[in-house]
Amino acid sequence: MADLLTVHDPRGYPPKVTGKRLAARLDKLDGKLVYLVDCLFDNSEVFLEQLQHWFEEHLPGVQLKHIKPRESWVDDPDMRAAIAADGDAAILGVGL
Amino acid sequence: MALEEAGVPTVAVHTHVFARLVRSVALANGMPTTRQAFVPQPIVDRTPEQLRSYIEGADPISKRPFMQELIEGLTKPLDEGDLKGVSFERTTPRLVEPDTEDNLRQLFIDNHWTDNLPIILPTEERVAQMLAGTSHPADKVVGKLRPTMFREYWEFTVEKVAVNAVMAGARPEYFPVILALAASGQTARSSSTNSFSVMAVVNGPIRKEIGMGDGVGAMGPYNHANATIGRAYNLLSQNLQGGSVPGDTYMGTLGNWYNYSATFAEAEERSPWAPLHVQKGFQSTDSTASVFFGGWYTHAGYGPRDTWKEKFLHSFAAAEHYLPPVLVFDPIVARGFVELGFDTKESLAQWCADNAKVSAREYWDNQWVKTLLHPLAVAGVEPHATRLKAAPGDLINMYQPEDITIVVAGGETQGAWKMIGGRCTNTVLIDAWR
Repeated sequence: MADLLTVHDPRGYPPKVTGKRLAARLDKLDGKLVYLVDCLFDNSEVFLEQLQHWFEEHLPGVQLKHIKPRESWVDDPDMRAAIAADGDAAILGVGL
Repeated sequence: MALEEAGVPTVAVHTHVFARLVRSVALANGMPTTRQAFVPQPIVDRTPEQLRSYIEGADPISKRPFMQELIEGLTKPLDEGDLKGVSFERTTPRLVEPDTEDNLRQLFIDNHWTDNLPIILPTEERVAQMLAGTSHPADKVVGKLRPTMFREYWEFTVEKVAVNAVMAGARPEYFPVILALAASGQTARSSSTNSFSVMAVVNGPIRKEIGMGDGVGAMGPYNHANATIGRAYNLLSQNLQGGSVPGDTYMGTLGNWYNYSATFAEAEERSPWAPLHVQKGFQSTDSTASVFFGGWYTHAGYGPRDTWKEKFLHSFAAAEHYLPPVLVFDPIVARGFVELGFDTKESLAQWCADNAKVSAREYWDNQWVKTLLHPLAVAGVEPHATRLKAAPGDLINMYQPEDITIVVAGGETQGAWKMIGGRCTNTVLIDAWR
């Protein structure tokens, strides 16, 4: 029988995962304000414009508002606060 | 996910190639049922009509209509799983279960713990020998790393760094350099779709103490210290940050050979200019490692010949505009520039910054300039805001002089130079880890 070796595990230490709850869902979208959040990837604004057109044609009662973070890939607390202040829902696109 | 915590129901739209990645990020953030909807890749360069067809088509992951996924994600009532979230501890054992050498080698490959080249198995004896290369205790926390800005940091100790240093084939006398690189906070295994890498330049007395190469083949596999320190930096990055696994923790579309090993020493004694670490404010007697994030483009040339200005300007114009260059000069080239009147690195970097120009149209059409720098320009951040005011045909400067790095290395077998994309993110003191 071949000799057994004991070796180290090369991985680092991950943080503890703390569960978070999703927000309550809306009963309907009609009459609600939905933010379209541009994640600033190339051409994402064109995608969101097309998404806006789809809503205007199929669910015209949905209010839409475009918004962008100040910088790519960096959390923007001011933008989040603006959405939370009067937004009923948000769609982020198109991001990783 | 922060919006969900603020009470705003949210759906995130991604392209389908990121499905595995975004689900693992959601799980690590304790919100595994985060609502996601997917469209086909790519978004870039698609026409409005093509993007509209994505919206009216099927989600390539769920196979259900994309808009149904989107609307239900905002309106379908939460179930029990959504409400409770997921909390759990994740642990990493100190040792792997004992096994045969062959089985352990296969285990390391199967778990994506190697760079797919043979490794030295990190036995307890070998790791103990590596730990003798520093005065710091094995359980001291060195730092934390993550593959991207939107993933969680993983933490690691001196011992965990030693494990990876052993795997790379490094010697204990190299260990302070490897610890300094680990402590830099800059991963060498970024998950960016751009296939970035990190190059490290070592300065100061430790170069000679441990026999690092700054001569013939300094940037190739011809020096044991260079090769194994650079390899250790990459292995420790992938393993200590939680992985560098394609489709999950690595998304670089082409990959990058600099991710095997990209570390060398500056030829301070043969350079006519101040060494890099002195430029950064350190003493010449300090030993440091400077890390450069990029490694995406590489140009090369000779000289400085009569047409060096044209060659440089062509190379700058062909570079990725968002990523400034690291110019690596053989000492012959460096001395040639001194003869032309550039008596400091800074004077040559200033010339490069003053003359590296492209049209505004070309600059702002660059995919990553548009993604990363355009939002800053719109927000009024200089110099981006001024560049945005230029007419499409106007020539605009691409780089600031302080962004351009010049390093001297090479064996003087030819007056050769390289221009490699790289932004210096940190210069760390190696002496702190002796």
